[in-house]
Amino acid sequence: MAIYKDVIETIEMLSKENLDIRTTTMGISLLDCFGDNADRTAQRIYDKITRLAADLVPTAETVSSEYGIEIVNKRISVTPIALAAATQAEDWIKYAKALDSAAREVGVDIIGGFSALVHKGMTKADESFIESVPYALSETERMCSSINLGSTKSGINFDAVKMMGPLIKKTAYLTRDNNSFGCAKFVAFANAVEDNPFMAGAFHGVGEAENVINVGVSGPGVVKTALEGMEGAAADELAEKIKLTAFKITRAGQLIGGEVSKRLGIPFGILDLSLAPTPAIGDSVAEILEVMGLERCGAHGSTAALAMLTDAVKKGGIMASSSVGGLSGAFIPVSEDNRMIAAVEDGCLTFDKLEAMTSVCSVGLDMIAIPGDTPEDTISAMIADEAAIGVINNKTTAVRVVPVYGMKAGDKVDWGGLFGAAPVMEVNAFNSSGFVQRGGRIPAPLHSFKN
Amino acid sequence: MKAIISVIGKDNVGIMYNVSKVLKDCSVSIEDVTQTILKEYFTMLMVVRLDEEKTSFSELQKELQAMAEREGLTLTVQKEEIFDAMHKI
Repeated sequence: MAIYKDVIETIEMLSKENLDIRTTTMGISLLDCFGDNADRTAQRIYDKITRLAADLVPTAETVSSEYGIEIVNKRISVTPIALAAATQAEDWIKYAKALDSAAREVGVDIIGGFSALVHKGMTKADESFIESVPYALSETERMCSSINLGSTKSGINFDAVKMMGPLIKKTAYLTRDNNSFGCAKFVAFANAVEDNPFMAGAFHGVGEAENVINVGVSGPGVVKTALEGMEGAAADELAEKIKLTAFKITRAGQLIGGEVSKRLGIPFGILDLSLAPTPAIGDSVAEILEVMGLERCGAHGSTAALAMLTDAVKKGGIMASSSVGGLSGAFIPVSEDNRMIAAVEDGCLTFDKLEAMTSVCSVGLDMIAIPGDTPEDTISAMIADEAAIGVINNKTTAVRVVPVYGMKAGDKVDWGGLFGAAPVMEVNAFNSSGFVQRGGRIPAPLHSFKN
Repeated sequence: MKAIISVIGKDNVGIMYNVSKVLKDCSVSIEDVTQTILKEYFTMLMVVRLDEEKTSFSELQKELQAMAEREGLTLTVQKEEIFDAMHKI
């Protein structure tokens, strides 16, 4: 009757601990849609997406109900749009709108890939694309945008970094009626991965196949519950437990992803096990750190605890599936994690500590509300810092900050739904302009002689 | 195809009967059953085999859920592979 113990454990994970498939993301290559006529290109983008993804949502829902495991989001990622090589702002907006209406037509909540890869340099098209991003974000509803600014192989494109502060501030202004929500749909990356299924940073890389199904699995609540009975256990015992739990979660994702891909007749891409919190109670990464023994997330020791967590999650995931990819680890988006919000409100978690934690989490400074009057160059400088952490340490890092128009440190902003609510955090008030305005390129780092 | 049904509800006369009646009507055979009373709650797990030519999975699910709602039970029905995937190497 051993199976019954397993059945009960699985049912508990699904019903009480928020184990879910966070996203089934269909990657679609648009390279064959790009041409010299913007209207025709936009039409081809719309047609291809609506044709290939027509059955995505119903299929995901059927599989979800048969296995009793919820697939929370159905999404689409596409080839970085900047490769379409338009040169006028209005053309980029046409493409953005084509993506947005295709997403609405097939019923997915978010489409990612309004992106540019400029980690070494920018083409003329990239420059005009970057200028169009704030308008594209404010004129669309379901579309997300990302820009890759640096890589371990090529260093950091400081000219592009310099453009990020103005881009984010402009987006904040254009979406001011909606608490600057446009910024929550934009990510600045270093070492972006081509097969990430999680938004806002998903895009379908140029090294990818025509069409794939990628799956993102989550379950911070499951890990938290697994650790709860382990008072007094040594750190390595916790790591072992996290690994075993990650294994089980990943296997569930592998099964569901494989099934969705089989039924749609589209190859299975990757499985990304990332502990991604939601504002729901018990679905928090910060709470895992609390169960490990920290009074609040942000206390000294948080970086070490998060490092162990991320690493153990990756190890368990890799053992469970040969298709692990994407980001895989633990996310620390402030507004989406109710214990992290509490830690900020209690004064325990500061911007600087978050930055330290991003050196060991799987992404970066995520969903952080900052004062609306934060200078453009300060935002660019934050992005430069974060990119440097990624480039030097050979990991993906990203920045998704929202300078909420008209708000100051201590105010609280509420975006609702999955994006949650966040206290506006204080940022360092000293000036970084002299450095940021230099532009140019930070050379690629040394790969040996590391101390 | 095998599926696993779990039923939890306040202990009452006829829970087993109600579940098996739906299964009979859907031509689903029961391969294994275990049940116990935890405090005042009736808890049951069942392994069943269904012939998809006679009854589709979604039909069985619909019938069972309708019965569960009528009788005030919490019921899940899931394909067996999910448990194998998670707990077997």
